[in-house]
Amino acid sequence: MAETTVHAAPVERTSTGLPSVKLAMWLFLASECLLFGALITTYVLYRGASTTGPYPNEIFDIRYTSVSSFVLLASSLTMVLSLTAAEQRDFARMRLWLVATAMLGLTFVGGQVYEFTSFYHEGLTIKSNLFGTTFYVLTGFHGVHVTVGILMLLSLVGMSWAGRLPDDQAFPVEMVGLYWHFVDIVWIVIFTVVYLIPQAKPAG
Amino acid sequence: MVTATSVPARRGIIRRPTAITGWWSWFTTVDHKKIGLLYGFSAFAFFLIGGIEALLIRSQLAKPDNTLLNADQYNQIFTMHGITMIFLFVMPMSAAFFNYLIPLMIGARDVAFPRLNAFSFWVFILGGLFLYSSWFLGGAPNGGWFGYPPNSTTDPSIGMTFYALGLVITGIASSAGAINLAVTVVNMRAPGMTLFRMPVFVWMGLVVQFLLAFALPIITVALFEMLFDRRWGTHFFDPTAGGQPLLWQNLFWLFGHPEVYILILPAFGIISEILPVFSRKPLFGYQFVVFSGIAIGFIGFGVWAHHMFAVGLGPVANTAFGITTAIIAVPTGIKIFNWMGTMYKGDIHFDSPMLFAVGAVAMFVIGGLSGVTHAVVPSDYQQTDTYYIVAHFHYVLFGGAVFGLFGAMYYWWPKVFARQLDELWGKVQFWILLVGFNLAFGPMHILGLGGMIRREYTYPASLGLTFWNQVSTVGAFLIALSVLVFTVNAVKTQRKTKGLADEDPWDARTLEWTTSCPPPIYNFEEIPVVHSVDEFWHRKYVEDREGRLVRVPAGASDHPADGHTEGHAIHLPSPSFWPLVASVGLPVIAYGVLYSWWLVGAGALVTVVGFMGWAMEPPVAE
Amino acid sequence: MRRTRWWILALLALTVVLVACSKTAPQNTMNPAGPTAQTEKNLLVLVLWPAAAVFIVVEGGILLISIRFRHRKDRDRMPPQIHGNTRLEIGWTIAPAIVLAVIMVPTVSTIWQLARQPADAMQITVEGYQWWWGFKYTDPDMAVSYGDRDAIVTADVLVIPTGRTIDLSLTSLGGGAHSTSGVPDHEVIHSFWAPRLFGKQDVVPGETNHIVFSADEPGTYSGQCAEFCGLQHGKMKFQIRALDETEWQRWVANEKDPAVKPTSDELAQQQGMDLFFGTNGVGGQCIQCHAVGGTNATGTAAPNLTHFAATTHECFAGCDFATVDEAALKAWLRDPNAVKLGAKMPDYGLTEQQIDALVAYLYSLK
Repeated sequence: MAETTVHAAPVERTSTGLPSVKLAMWLFLASECLLFGALITTYVLYRGASTTGPYPNEIFDIRYTSVSSFVLLASSLTMVLSLTAAEQRDFARMRLWLVATAMLGLTFVGGQVYEFTSFYHEGLTIKSNLFGTTFYVLTGFHGVHVTVGILMLLSLVGMSWAGRLPDDQAFPVEMVGLYWHFVDIVWIVIFTVVYLIPQAKPAG
Repeated sequence: MVTATSVPARRGIIRRPTAITGWWSWFTTVDHKKIGLLYGFSAFAFFLIGGIEALLIRSQLAKPDNTLLNADQYNQIFTMHGITMIFLFVMPMSAAFFNYLIPLMIGARDVAFPRLNAFSFWVFILGGLFLYSSWFLGGAPNGGWFGYPPNSTTDPSIGMTFYALGLVITGIASSAGAINLAVTVVNMRAPGMTLFRMPVFVWMGLVVQFLLAFALPIITVALFEMLFDRRWGTHFFDPTAGGQPLLWQNLFWLFGHPEVYILILPAFGIISEILPVFSRKPLFGYQFVVFSGIAIGFIGFGVWAHHMFAVGLGPVANTAFGITTAIIAVPTGIKIFNWMGTMYKGDIHFDSPMLFAVGAVAMFVIGGLSGVTHAVVPSDYQQTDTYYIVAHFHYVLFGGAVFGLFGAMYYWWPKVFARQLDELWGKVQFWILLVGFNLAFGPMHILGLGGMIRREYTYPASLGLTFWNQVSTVGAFLIALSVLVFTVNAVKTQRKTKGLADEDPWDARTLEWTTSCPPPIYNFEEIPVVHSVDEFWHRKYVEDREGRLVRVPAGASDHPADGHTEGHAIHLPSPSFWPLVASVGLPVIAYGVLYSWWLVGAGALVTVVGFMGWAMEPPVAE
Repeated sequence: MRRTRWWILALLALTVVLVACSKTAPQNTMNPAGPTAQTEKNLLVLVLWPAAAVFIVVEGGILLISIRFRHRKDRDRMPPQIHGNTRLEIGWTIAPAIVLAVIMVPTVSTIWQLARQPADAMQITVEGYQWWWGFKYTDPDMAVSYGDRDAIVTADVLVIPTGRTIDLSLTSLGGGAHSTSGVPDHEVIHSFWAPRLFGKQDVVPGETNHIVFSADEPGTYSGQCAEFCGLQHGKMKFQIRALDETEWQRWVANEKDPAVKPTSDELAQQQGMDLFFGTNGVGGQCIQCHAVGGTNATGTAAPNLTHFAATTHECFAGCDFATVDEAALKAWLRDPNAVKLGAKMPDYGLTEQQIDALVAYLYSLK
């Protein structure tokens, strides 16, 4: 949010010495932790509670999802590279890495869309059972977060290209980066909880 | 959330508006004081609406087997009464005072993110209007303010879908506001304004913002789960598919109990400001009041299941949550004793603000004590879901929070409007309110113990409780009368010409009173430098040789305005259209969820465009 | 002085809570009629003493301070600027903590005491429907004498032997309609509460909660659903009738019998039965939801009517009627929704003659 720097100074004098945007971002992410915490709790609570199929072990393609997870993790690397470039004031390279990050994110979201579609064709809908309900809502929420992140990355690229970013371009990149890394970390948790930890055999 | 920091003067998508007066300026304002006023007026309007709903409830219950309202209408009205008073009155009214006062109290020119502040307000008011539009679109929410599924998820009317969507929207408003105000307090304090020199009101504000930031995401998830169950046939709370209805209750109260402190802590802050001013003594045990507030915030996350003692959690959980509930009474007690300590040996002036503040303490104590009887779990088996619990939370939330908020209105009215509410009418209002309040809610203890359940739309004469119901109804109308007195007083006051004989009418203690009434748009010409708690007081009074307080002659202050001057021009952000644009998209998305995917797309587009315009906007109009 | 008025008022309110809870109120929790409610009341009264003490100290303190230290016209000196007192702070942190700790001792022991389920208790299952209650006597000696020897079933009136410890198992069942598999279409949360006998426990779909209680004296005790459960939550009532040993035995014996069949000379009853079962091609909707023991009416979505005239008739349709008589039953049959908005029983457009016949039949089900 632009108003932190009312005086158009690079970093405004603040009580903590930290930029307000950064504090706000951390608080926002802390708040988001509880959002995903509640969603993951719901998923875990309902593990193996479905009364009808399809069940996770019938439907997951761990190899496929591992690859798309790797893609998302790789995007954290490109995000870091982008920030480094911004700090070295190499804005062309910064934009390149931002685009790369967005593309990797897009690949992940595309992969998720494909995964959803194939699960749907295998008979798992959001209505099928508790597994479908909790799976789609949890991963869907995460997918929306990634999509918002992609929008922010592309906006950054556009604004940087049009010369609409402040002189210190590293700061907005760092902020978007915080969000992006958070979304990645959340995925690691979701991937572990949903895909990797084996599901108990459904009763009956 | 994240966009750019400041931009050298460059054109945005459209020209940034500049007007800071005129009716249009209210739609584009980013000034925390104007936004505070917007919050205040909207919240008060919702208070009146929620009050009318309360009167309908009490009219229906005025006699046995009454047919004024049928079951369907009654269920909608009591649900909307709860939602309105909690989410559309007390929360935004507290937000109004936080918005207006926090920057002034910590010596800042505005909140950390002025446009986000405007966005919060617009999202809140649109969310409130969205909820109320349900009356015209097939029926209002009818499952109670805590909307327990599966009843709420299987109810055939559309109301509870509005509930889920509407509360998500107002939740977004509160989350954005919470992050904004928390960062403001942490980061925007004037030089010398250390955390432990902040007014207690600011401290309580900070605690409330953290509670909001950590409690709201939990209910947001629960509301989304409810929405998906209702709208898209998922099974989160569907026991026939293995879902657990108690999941909702756990998530809801994990939010809902911190929410209680979100509602009451602002009033605790207000009381802690008013008592010292009118007792002409500093707050007794400042650190203890602050730390007990923080403790309440923390423990508040660990008591949620005391709303669920009768759901069958088992003796282990009931024991644990009974004990944590008892524990939370301790920090609350500390506050009350310190307030008494503040008044003790004071020179107490019973002006209207003081009457309401003392009334709030006295009434809250009753609610606190009946709260302890709920911690006694087996006794709660009898009391929960009866009028006893209705009495309890009205003593806490009306007796505590609303009395406190009225006190705040009388206290800060001169600051905000440069006019003083009529003292005589203020006192009249107080006594009518006090009597009406106790008549309305006192008998509810008896009703509850006498076996009257809450949320029943009528009761038979054979229940033997008609008399106390009638007393309660009379009390409710007395409360309405007192609110009418206040409203008339406010309107008459506002017709008077602006101007105060004394810009510090209460001989106040905190920084906001160093400014003119009303404060200039930039609040402080020079950012003040703070040397102590009750900074303003210490600028006015010094101790003489015998240790007595004497007033510093005007203009001979110990602390000349020694702010750091960084240029003569004070740059404030210009008004902006974008917060309004971005917020309008949210209810459109919500209507889309109800009616059409096209609307969802349109709403999302409006919001994204709003945020884009926001990000591209230069900080000041060129 | 200004504050004296509310001070008196508040004290009055407190005294009133303690003493004025009228004995005539049938759901008065302060007038318990069984050990469970008695235990719960005792605990509340126990807590009211320290609560009253705190009330008097704090409210009295506020009042005295307000009077004693109010501003006086001639006063021009500032009061002493006291900032706090650590010893006092410690005191008023520890003292309430001790009081609360003391209160929690009987609290916790009572929680565990009430959670105990004695093995020799009489087992009854309580089923919550929108918006009525079903009761099943699941003890082996409470099976009926006909058919598959199922449990005795009643609706809205729970009959118990005085003095016997009862263990209720609370389950929630659907809104009436069932899918073909027999799974209720949906279930909501209710709460089972008879204030003079026991505090409430929620009836949660998918969970089974328990209430253990007994009634000291024979009599009728009223109760109702205490958790908001939809449109007619306010009228989801029931009665618990405690009988002495002889009457109890007589009642059980009667309930074990199949439903009485009207003799052929009772023309109206006969017509009503035909309508009920659709014997002559007219009517017959009743048996889709209602059961009548010993006949082919086995519906479970609505109250069991086997001994309607012996038990349930005093509290049907949510005990909605001031006086229970045929007129009330007729009004109900004429248009259930007019009596109880949202009732799941449809209006079948019965003629007055049909209504008379059905009422005659129902009242023959002793």
